[in-house]
Amino acid sequence: MLQDHPNSFRSGPDDTGHFGMFGGRFVAETLMPLVLDLEKAYAAAKADPAYQAELDHLATHYVGRPSPLYYAQRMTEHFGGAKIYFKRDELNHTGAHKINNVLGQILLAMRMGKKRIIAETGAGQHGVATATACAKYGLECIVYMGAVDVERQAPNVFRMKMLGATVVPVQSGARTLKDAMNEALRDWVTNVDSTFYCIGTAAGPHPYPMMVRDFQCVIGNEVREQMMAAEGRLPDSLVAAIGGGSNAIGLFHPFLDDPSVEIFGVEAAGHGLAEPNGHAASLAGGKPGVLHGNRTYLLMDDDGQILEGHSISAGLDYPGIGPEHAWLRDVGRVKYLSATDKEALDAFQLCCRLEGIIPALEPAHALAKVGELAAQKPKDHLMVMNMCGRGDKDIFNVAEVLGGM
Amino acid sequence: MTTRIDKRFGELRTEGRAALVTFLMCGDPDLATSLQLIEALPGAGADVIEIGMPFTDPMADGPSIQAAGLRALKAGGSMIKTLEMVAAFRAGNDHTPIVLMGYYNPIYVYGVERFLKDAKAAGVDGLIVVDLPPEEDAELCIPALGAGVNFIRLATPTTDDKRLPKVLTNTSGFVYYVSINGVTGAAIADYSMVSEAVRRIKGHTDLPVAVGFGVKNAENAKAIATHADGVVVGSALIDALKRSLDSQDRATGDTVAAVTNLVSQIAGGVRAARKAVA
Repeated sequence: MLQDHPNSFRSGPDDTGHFGMFGGRFVAETLMPLVLDLEKAYAAAKADPAYQAELDHLATHYVGRPSPLYYAQRMTEHFGGAKIYFKRDELNHTGAHKINNVLGQILLAMRMGKKRIIAETGAGQHGVATATACAKYGLECIVYMGAVDVERQAPNVFRMKMLGATVVPVQSGARTLKDAMNEALRDWVTNVDSTFYCIGTAAGPHPYPMMVRDFQCVIGNEVREQMMAAEGRLPDSLVAAIGGGSNAIGLFHPFLDDPSVEIFGVEAAGHGLAEPNGHAASLAGGKPGVLHGNRTYLLMDDDGQILEGHSISAGLDYPGIGPEHAWLRDVGRVKYLSATDKEALDAFQLCCRLEGIIPALEPAHALAKVGELAAQKPKDHLMVMNMCGRGDKDIFNVAEVLGGM
Repeated sequence: MTTRIDKRFGELRTEGRAALVTFLMCGDPDLATSLQLIEALPGAGADVIEIGMPFTDPMADGPSIQAAGLRALKAGGSMIKTLEMVAAFRAGNDHTPIVLMGYYNPIYVYGVERFLKDAKAAGVDGLIVVDLPPEEDAELCIPALGAGVNFIRLATPTTDDKRLPKVLTNTSGFVYYVSINGVTGAAIADYSMVSEAVRRIKGHTDLPVAVGFGVKNAENAKAIATHADGVVVGSALIDALKRSLDSQDRATGDTVAAVTNLVSQIAGGVRAARKAVA
């Protein structure tokens, strides 16, 4: 099936930050020296056992890792096929996988002597995680958030403020996540000496996609061990939701060189892939382009102007995707599917009622496809879905859509 | 190869003054007014014309140029329209250099080879692409040089002596020194720092050095023209344009004059500069 595939799917990126043709460092000259500094500082930190030890300590005592690998028995029975496990990253401190990455970057920022942290956020989960880590270490924190998202994610805005962060509503462009990222980049260009840009997903200029992936690989590494302990073998398939793709790459990456493991990413199909500008599925409905420092699949028009896209999930509502996913799709190692708003909402409700777990709308997209995939598999097939966030933040939006329930 | 840019800076060197480089967004506030504006620039004193290629996500631009790009897109601006406008300008002006400035994605999507061929045919002399640092030279810079189009690079305060040679290696036409760390339209530069930076860059290259970011009026322009080979003005022109629009962001009878008057004033500042030091 795979022709000319590399010896390993885990060796990327190359020295210039490319995964095949994707990735790279498409930034303004002002930022280029900073990006090179960051690359050096990260390489040094990675080689320093003290850095890794501190991160491990935080993972255990602050985040609450390892997160459980949970056998979802009633979901399994409901679909009547594969044995379904949830990787419970929604039980992390701050309620999502985002904290895994943020702590890695904040420890790095402190090694680099940076005391001012900026971040972009869509749904607010990365903003909350960044505000949390900054509070813990006494760092200044500025979070850029599209004005539209500030309105629809009010509880997270309040959480960030409680944690001492400054939340800047972004009024430029379409006033959502991509504009928040533009504004964070503008801040970084302006405050080059003092500031560390803590990117929330596995995208942006090299080394961010690699670095964020490395920090999130704790998810997949734990699953490997936990599944060996539970079943005595590796899982047969993995499923995760994809916006920028950090939770997914964290689960997938440790298994990329295990050919027996089927891997599925699930993009947000919004109102449906046929709906013009009505979805956020960059791989299914986009084409290669350059934005926010990297080449990847983007939602855009024929003139290269970036489209907004749509998803009920503010965390998946981004017109791009991490460059490593773009590459994994093109080489055929990972299969990318999509789930509509409606499918995600149905899965959301099913999970609440069958498992007593309120999932975030992001993993609800993955869950929608777990149902379809599991039903086609034999009962001894082991399927793992990353429950990357909890749904507390979404209950008001869901209630609105479902008519107050 | 000698381009219109090389020729123009050569002439001005003989004249003993700096170049005035003006930036406007193609299609702002509408395509017809935009062409009128660009055609009026040389008469108002612009020596080199930069034309913005509108893009939805201009990550290094401040509010003025961001808004200009969105106005242009709303008015039907696109890469095809930008190239058509350059060709229309060229029909009546064969000597003023035209530099297209913007971001890589619209060029990448248009197709690099096709873009260079069409841009050259339309009469484009140089390119400034903000998100293509030397690390990505293989994308567009090298092909542009092959096609006879200057690739003008930005140098910034973060570009130190160690990095400068890398930035200058494949640069041609002129070097654009961004006088501050920040987005377009931000605070006025510290002029003593500017002269030092220009001297530093000139220690590494024979190319002319133009300075931009923070030039708002004749006085700023004069101060910079004393030290540099060119003065770039963009956001201030776009602010003047914006002030002339009606409440629906449509052009009024004042729009062209609002821009050309400011260009004339700034051109006066640029032309006064060398006299001041002479």
